[in-house]
Amino acid sequence: MIRVEGLIKDYGERRALSDLSFEAGQGEIVGFLGPNGAGKTTTMRILTGYMPPTDGSAVVAGYDVVTESLEVRKRVGYLPETVPLYTDMRAVEYLKFMADLRQIPDSADRAYDTLEMVGLENRANSFIGSLSKGMRQRVGLAQALIHQPEVLILDEPTIGLDPGQVVEIRNVIREIGKQRTVLLSTHILSEAQQICDRVLIINKGKIVAEDTPENLQARLVGSERVSLRVRGDSDGLAKLLLKIKGIQNVDNAPDGSVEFQFAPGQDVRPQVAKAVVTSGYELLEMRPVGMSLEEIFLELTREDVHQGKK
Amino acid sequence: MRNIWTIARREYNHYFTSPIAYVVAFVILLTLGFIFGLVVYGASQAAISGGFGGGAPAAPGIDWMGSTFNFLLMLTIPALTMRLVSDENRTGTMELLLTAPLRDWELIIGKWLGGFLFVLTILAVTVIYPIILNSLETPGLDQRLMMATYLSVILLSAAYLALGVGISSVFSNQIAAMFATLGLFIFLWWLIGFPASYLQSSADVFNYLSTSTHLNSIYSGTLNLSDIIYFLSLTALGLFTGTAAIETRRWN
Repeated sequence: MIRVEGLIKDYGERRALSDLSFEAGQGEIVGFLGPNGAGKTTTMRILTGYMPPTDGSAVVAGYDVVTESLEVRKRVGYLPETVPLYTDMRAVEYLKFMADLRQIPDSADRAYDTLEMVGLENRANSFIGSLSKGMRQRVGLAQALIHQPEVLILDEPTIGLDPGQVVEIRNVIREIGKQRTVLLSTHILSEAQQICDRVLIINKGKIVAEDTPENLQARLVGSERVSLRVRGDSDGLAKLLLKIKGIQNVDNAPDGSVEFQFAPGQDVRPQVAKAVVTSGYELLEMRPVGMSLEEIFLELTREDVHQGKK
Repeated sequence: MRNIWTIARREYNHYFTSPIAYVVAFVILLTLGFIFGLVVYGASQAAISGGFGGGAPAAPGIDWMGSTFNFLLMLTIPALTMRLVSDENRTGTMELLLTAPLRDWELIIGKWLGGFLFVLTILAVTVIYPIILNSLETPGLDQRLMMATYLSVILLSAAYLALGVGISSVFSNQIAAMFATLGLFIFLWWLIGFPASYLQSSADVFNYLSTSTHLNSIYSGTLNLSDIIYFLSLTALGLFTGTAAIETRRWN
């Protein structure tokens, strides 16, 4: 389990983490979502004993990350963002080396077993340098799993994998997450929805939202966004849309289409279609736009500002 | 202790897959072999011509070995140590080692030990030269000088490797680490002699700090405690620097 309280980390003048607190229990998979530079990697590095925090405390698997760093490191498996591999070693040699560092008896057997777990048993004797990016990612994951850690910390574990491998790796993580604590960071909201029990959204070193993926989704999809495209000039289209009741946030997209939003349950699309056609525009396309992670962040940080003002 | 051994074994094995290590071994063995050949050839020519001044020609000794070793180690050890830690910094594998249940000093000593074992392997091969000389001559080589030479070479390797590892920990670029290490060796061996010759009052201090002072005293066949302490201190300094560099990296 992981318990973080009031974590602060400064890199010189820049504050990377400001008062970060959260908990993750046993048998829980917690997703860490956030834009680049939000502090995800910094948090993970503190939790794995790579570097100490400036202030605050973090307890991992029952030990303090600063005063009992070695005990923490024995119990944590960590896959950093840039997968740390020795490209001049064979996959199985590398895993045996890591198993030896973790003082596992029968390290060679364990290395093979772990390779099997990530589906690489037939490449055991390949040099890591000759493996594809997805395979290297899996070797990195194997390294994090080799000592069957109580706590697993994964920095973007599925990045660079093909869709089939992503499903496999997610299954591995989900399986591990049944008995252990897993903290993983991702850019992909759907990934968080599929495997995480709980999602923490972090921005500028702070947690801006914390909830189950379902609740978060429901909160965020407070409105539906639609993209509208007409033949030729779309000048004046925005003005026209604003006259229709229930339409908000009209924007001209760079590709010449116009996007707008409406509250759920107040579908204004028929009115929009009618208005567009009667005004002489030739309607080409009207389609719903999914919310990207970036938009969710914008939404969340905006919410944050509003709450701050109240 | 097991962690030190795990790291050392990986580094030792790595040398046998690396072209640099083979080049280093080749340079050391070729140079020694060449000089050995010259020494034996020169002695045999002297024997044929009856030596200088009509007296019996001197049998070839091994007094050439110590200084040759120092020169070779000074040039080659920077190439052996340059990537030991700097490469981990560059490729990001340092993150792996620093989050493994491994103390920082265990990592540094392991790295050093891996290099040390590799140099000892090369040194073991060179023992063939004194053995050949010993069998060629009667009454044989000066055993005391031979032991002193090899002991000095082992101590010198330990010190050079430790300094190399220490410097490698500061850099994430191998070439920078190599030249910094080479520069330090040249400074300790040669440049430090200049202040010693100009500043009479503190000459003893500078002389003590110079590797050549201690090497010369060993080449004369006498091994003083102060020489041994000097080389062990350099070793400790190098290993301490390496550990401190890693600690510093953690805090940044």
